[in-house]
Amino acid sequence: MKTKIISRYEYAIILIKEMVRADFKVKYQQSVLGYFWSVLRPLFLFCILYAVFTVGLKVGGDIEHWPVALMAGIVMWQFFTDVTKSGMRSIVSSGGLLRKIKFPRYTVVIASTISSFISLLINLILVAVFALFSGVPVLSTLPATIFVIIEIFVLGLGLAFFLSAVNVKFRDISHIWDILIRGMFYASAIIFPISHIADAGEKGAFAAKILLLNPVAQSIQDFRHLAINPEIDSLWTLSNGNALLYLIPVFFSLFMIVFGGWYFRKKSPYFAEDA
Amino acid sequence: MNKDIAVSIKNVSKKFHLPEDNYGSIKMKFLSSRRGHAKRNEYEAIKDIDLDIKNGEFIGILGRNGAGKSSLLKMIAGIYQPTTGSISVNGRLVPFIELGVGFNKNLTGRDNVYLNGAMLGFTREEIDKMYDSIVDFAELHKFMNQKLRNYSSGMKVRLAFSIAIKADADILLLDEVLAVGDAAFKRKCYEYFNQLKERKKTIIFVTHNMAAVSDYCDRAVVLEAGRVAFDGKPLEAVENYFQLFSPQQDNGQKEKKVVIDDVSVKVEGDKITFEIDASNKTDKIIEDVVVRVAVKKQNGRAVAGFDNKNIEVPYEIDFSPTESKHLVFESLNILGSGSYSVNVSLRASAGDSFTGEDDEDDNNLSEFYDSSLNAAHFTIKKDGSNAPIILPAKVGNKES
Repeated sequence: MKTKIISRYEYAIILIKEMVRADFKVKYQQSVLGYFWSVLRPLFLFCILYAVFTVGLKVGGDIEHWPVALMAGIVMWQFFTDVTKSGMRSIVSSGGLLRKIKFPRYTVVIASTISSFISLLINLILVAVFALFSGVPVLSTLPATIFVIIEIFVLGLGLAFFLSAVNVKFRDISHIWDILIRGMFYASAIIFPISHIADAGEKGAFAAKILLLNPVAQSIQDFRHLAINPEIDSLWTLSNGNALLYLIPVFFSLFMIVFGGWYFRKKSPYFAEDA
Repeated sequence: MNKDIAVSIKNVSKKFHLPEDNYGSIKMKFLSSRRGHAKRNEYEAIKDIDLDIKNGEFIGILGRNGAGKSSLLKMIAGIYQPTTGSISVNGRLVPFIELGVGFNKNLTGRDNVYLNGAMLGFTREEIDKMYDSIVDFAELHKFMNQKLRNYSSGMKVRLAFSIAIKADADILLLDEVLAVGDAAFKRKCYEYFNQLKERKKTIIFVTHNMAAVSDYCDRAVVLEAGRVAFDGKPLEAVENYFQLFSPQQDNGQKEKKVVIDDVSVKVEGDKITFEIDASNKTDKIIEDVVVRVAVKKQNGRAVAGFDNKNIEVPYEIDFSPTESKHLVFESLNILGSGSYSVNVSLRASAGDSFTGEDDEDDNNLSEFYDSSLNAAHFTIKKDGSNAPIILPAKVGNKES
């Protein structure tokens, strides 16, 4: 038997890898369609929303490539709800583990976030397929979205850290978050183009700008603007290229990961007894 | 810190907050802060413990349920934080206190080896190398591609144990690992313990298995209500542990009504004679006293026992006021060779404890009068096997 000295971070990386692997195996191994479920979920949601809003209520139908934009919005939104909801549960649901072994607690949240992120990457392939069929030169436009993807990942991870730590002490945070996230879905202009609000007079333009200060809305609209159709409005186009305004959502995402990480770190020594 | 000390525990206390309802909620927080105070109970599981554990020591931690054993172990492991005081660890410590941490019942045995291995800090490549020896040791070749949910509890423990022994550390924490598993598995555990002892590992072992304590530990600590009640030799610790369960602990201040004055044991041929002197310290009649004698091997294992109600010819013992009695019990010598000691206790008969006197302790236990631990010692030498015997055993070996 050999003695092995590994650093804290090496240990954390080994743990995260195995946790993500285990999570994926458990999630999909017992279903016939396996990994496809992570793709089918947004696809079904897309079909419903497309049928009801785009075909039925004629929302966004006049915009070129709108179905692709809708799909992209759904996929990014799904990542955001996934990462915050499963992240929020992650610490509490691994309470048994926390009470039996000392290991870096943040690995649980990071593993959960990475699991959600892998689903996002798979779903983005779906979006790319949609885009190709729709005639969007997606292979050249998609790389531009990398910063948008990083931004929503950072925001999601920060929120997951914060919410998972809060959930240990206050279990009703999950109900509160459910309500908040439902409101955010509409405020993020996923099922309708943001221009519907922006074009409704002066007040509308102002409201659209305010809505886009929310990093989820901003990143979704930016993704559509950059990758799918430059005519879809983003914070950049609505504010006539005011880069300073971008500082607000970007700063909020960065703030969230710093604050969430700090709060998590502060509370983590007591997770074992409270979770 | 002194180099000989593996774990140093200094003035450690641990308080737990027990909220009124199990889970806190923001609603409750809001309501209770408006009322000005949060309703919660504090429970002090560990009270000001000071303990130094030396390198290479095999230390047992005993105590009743709720005495704080596991809390202490979890604090040493770093899972719980002490409320006050500090714990310093010198050397590499296994981070887990239970076997099979992280096991997922929806994954195969094989996947769980990698998952559990990661918990112990092994990369996949490292586990690839030791995988075969793990499976060999667990003897689970046929089941590795089965999901863990289809494993029996014994199989799970075998798998977990086989991985756990790969974790190399200077200090090991074991919390009741021997509670499950069949005889063969237990033997493996004991072999592993002996190996650890030979390799001079520091082992902190929480258990209720007194035989294991006396067989393996160099030192044992008895915890009672969060404090160290005893710290010293394992055999004495075992005695101390059993004493916790005598009601004496509860009403230690009370004056004894009947006391044991003297106990002696004689071994003659095929006969063992137990002689007990007891006296009534009150000026009242005390009826129906039960005299119980327990015979134990040197390692603390009880091998035989009887009382005056539980012998061939049961009889009642009554004490008149201030009377002293000389009680004699004779028994066939059915014990194997070895050294033995005797515990004697006096209590009221359970059947009829109401004496018309002030019955302060009307718990459903019968009233306890007195006990004498290790009241007498004796040795038996026989030609035959010296294996510990369990009643009923063959009679008829001649004394040499």
